[in-house]
Amino acid sequence: MAFEKDLNLDATELRLGLPGTSDESAKNQTPATLRSNNKRALPEESMSSNATASKNCDQETAPLPKAQVIGWPPIRSYRKNNLQPKKSEGEISGIYVKVSMDGAPYLRKIDLKVFKGYQELLKALEDMFKFKAGEYSEREGYNGSEFVPTYEDKDGDWMLVGDVPWEMFTNSCKKLRIMKGSEARGLGCVVLKKGRKKNSPSA
Amino acid sequence: MQKEMAYSFPDEVLKHVFSFIQSDKDRNAVSLVCKSWYEIERWCRRKVFIGNCYAVSPRMVIRRFPEVRSIELKGKPHFADFNLVPDGWGGYVLQWIAEMAGAYPWLGEIRLKRMVVTDESLELIAKSFKNFKVLVLFSCEGFSTDGLAAIAASCKNLRELDLRESEVDDLSGHWLAQFPETCTSLVSLNISCLGSDEVSFSALERLVDRCPNLRSLQLNRAVTLDKIANILRRAPQLVDFGTGNYAAELQPDVFSNLAGAFSSCKELKSLSGFWDVVPAYLPALYSICPRLTSLNLSYATIQSPDLIKLVSHCPRLQRLLVLDYVEDSGLEELASSCKDLQELRVFPSDPFGVEPNVSLTEQGLVAVSLGCPKLQSVLYFCRRMSNAALVTIAQNCPNLTRFRLCIIEPKTPDYLTLDPLDAGFGAIVEHCKDLRRLSLSGLLTDHVFEYIGTYGKKLEMLSVAFAGDSDLGLHHVLSGCESLRKLEIRDCPFGDKALLANAAKLETMRSLWMSSCAVSFGACKLLGQKMPKLNVEVIDETEPPDSRPESYPVDKLYIYRSVAGPRFDMPPFVWSMDEAVKILH
Repeated sequence: MAFEKDLNLDATELRLGLPGTSDESAKNQTPATLRSNNKRALPEESMSSNATASKNCDQETAPLPKAQVIGWPPIRSYRKNNLQPKKSEGEISGIYVKVSMDGAPYLRKIDLKVFKGYQELLKALEDMFKFKAGEYSEREGYNGSEFVPTYEDKDGDWMLVGDVPWEMFTNSCKKLRIMKGSEARGLGCVVLKKGRKKNSPSA
Repeated sequence: MQKEMAYSFPDEVLKHVFSFIQSDKDRNAVSLVCKSWYEIERWCRRKVFIGNCYAVSPRMVIRRFPEVRSIELKGKPHFADFNLVPDGWGGYVLQWIAEMAGAYPWLGEIRLKRMVVTDESLELIAKSFKNFKVLVLFSCEGFSTDGLAAIAASCKNLRELDLRESEVDDLSGHWLAQFPETCTSLVSLNISCLGSDEVSFSALERLVDRCPNLRSLQLNRAVTLDKIANILRRAPQLVDFGTGNYAAELQPDVFSNLAGAFSSCKELKSLSGFWDVVPAYLPALYSICPRLTSLNLSYATIQSPDLIKLVSHCPRLQRLLVLDYVEDSGLEELASSCKDLQELRVFPSDPFGVEPNVSLTEQGLVAVSLGCPKLQSVLYFCRRMSNAALVTIAQNCPNLTRFRLCIIEPKTPDYLTLDPLDAGFGAIVEHCKDLRRLSLSGLLTDHVFEYIGTYGKKLEMLSVAFAGDSDLGLHHVLSGCESLRKLEIRDCPFGDKALLANAAKLETMRSLWMSSCAVSFGACKLLGQKMPKLNVEVIDETEPPDSRPESYPVDKLYIYRSVAGPRFDMPPFVWSMDEAVKILH
């Protein structure tokens, strides 16, 4: 099958991150049906599939941070506290997200920044994975195709590619997954409810 | 014996004339003319500025100036901002408030910077001064919302309450509701430092509603974007506004409401806040951008393209604070769009990262120096610099008055030549003849101090870190910089010789801070002995300095001139080198 069921790799995986960094994925616990879609397709993914873990990867490969000198650089504490944590490289110099496709034994990575909109993105995905996405409409999602492009957003929700304005998509997309049409239909129901979810004030 | 001129002016006339003289410097000069002018002047001085709260005692101030209405006090040394001054060091305002409560019943304005202000102090202020109008607590700490509640409740004619960059203990958000319904006098309210649940928004709205003269309002991060429109519509006369959180799901009605609210503020010139910015909401500002002279985006974690778009709408910008996400490309756009720019501050988004996370280099600053002829004040964090760039900047901006450069990695050389940056900073002090404030960084030898001593004649404040080779460096500065008032040094190989050789110079300055340098305990004691008008304080949190040999260097040293003698509120880790205190020990 396309993905592992309930291996619960989260609980067992080793991380180099600080204890707190696992909180993000813990916070995003949602109903089981949706959760199961989040499970990593391949074991290799477990170390680096989400933004939190990718930070850990950065820590693995980047040079070790130097011992901090007190009071240097000279920045006031409230400024330090106001900054977001160090952004992973993808967010500054390009928005790299992993793309998986159900049934395909490999992952690809694409830079969302190079595309100007959904049209270009879909064309690239279709070329990359040799499939056809079908006709997109707001009401019915992707019609007439075996595969449906979906993405996981900042909140851990799986959404249909194309539902939100492009800029918002590039800001919130963490990874892409080209789902089998049958799975996506189940997703479609939940996606329709997304309007309600999204209105809650974000942290 | 002075022959008294026939002053045909009665005292009242002189008093009236003096009332037009506002600057402290001029007032001080007036008071030195003759005894009678001294007397007349001291009775009509209404404003006192005390740059170091330990330089003089409250009693002395009150004795000389009995009719003060406005006082400004500064406490901790500047390096306290970077956690170099341990908690409990001092800077308590209570004693001042207590004495002024009795002596100055008509005191209307208190401005404090880097002082410890307790709720007790605030309650005392609220109780003691019937005509209290202005309270500014800049970078202060030690108080809670209880103290603020006392101020709000009692000060019937409060005009200004400004808590900028202070640390406040959150106890309750309801203190704002303590402003009575009759209070309509607020002109300025800055609560941007308050944490999440510290503000009752409905109380804030009602307050804004009933204060028609409100010109300056800085909200805190807890106030969400959807609430901004309501506030702005209640206060279209605002000149200076700080948003709270500037993030929300993009909704057309929220956007148009916000844009409309901003456009109704015809006098808005200055914006700040912008926590958690969603770039899609920035165009809501476009209608007011042409009027903006000041923009503080230093909390806005938005990328260069969005910053460029915004800045290109603000041709009248004079002051910009921004994170290094602006990148060189953003600064180049700034240089071409904002010809009136006077002040630029670029803060690091990732100060502790080893590798650069953004493309911001010396090029950005060079571009601004070229494109903005009115540039006067610079604070710039970056990761590389060259002498060539600094020379170019110096030549392009001879009018610089404040230049603070922080190359993040200590002792970084010129990235092109690997030389020290002596020549570059030398060019800055040579060309910028009105330079008053300078902060150095990068690889620097004693030579840079030679340049500074030679050319920095108007320099009043110098900050030095990880620089120099020997005492000669310090000697150049102390012997050459005629206008020097504040010198702060950390992690430099400066020792006893320069300090002792220039002891007299220290009496002409406000203060000297040296930490992690090479000044021995013996030298500190000697200085304390020989210079009674200096307070020489050694700070050591690990053990008493006299438990080690005299030749041992002290950890931290703070020397300041004072007519009040050694202070009485020193914590256990601060030792006074004053002879008298030592005897008492």
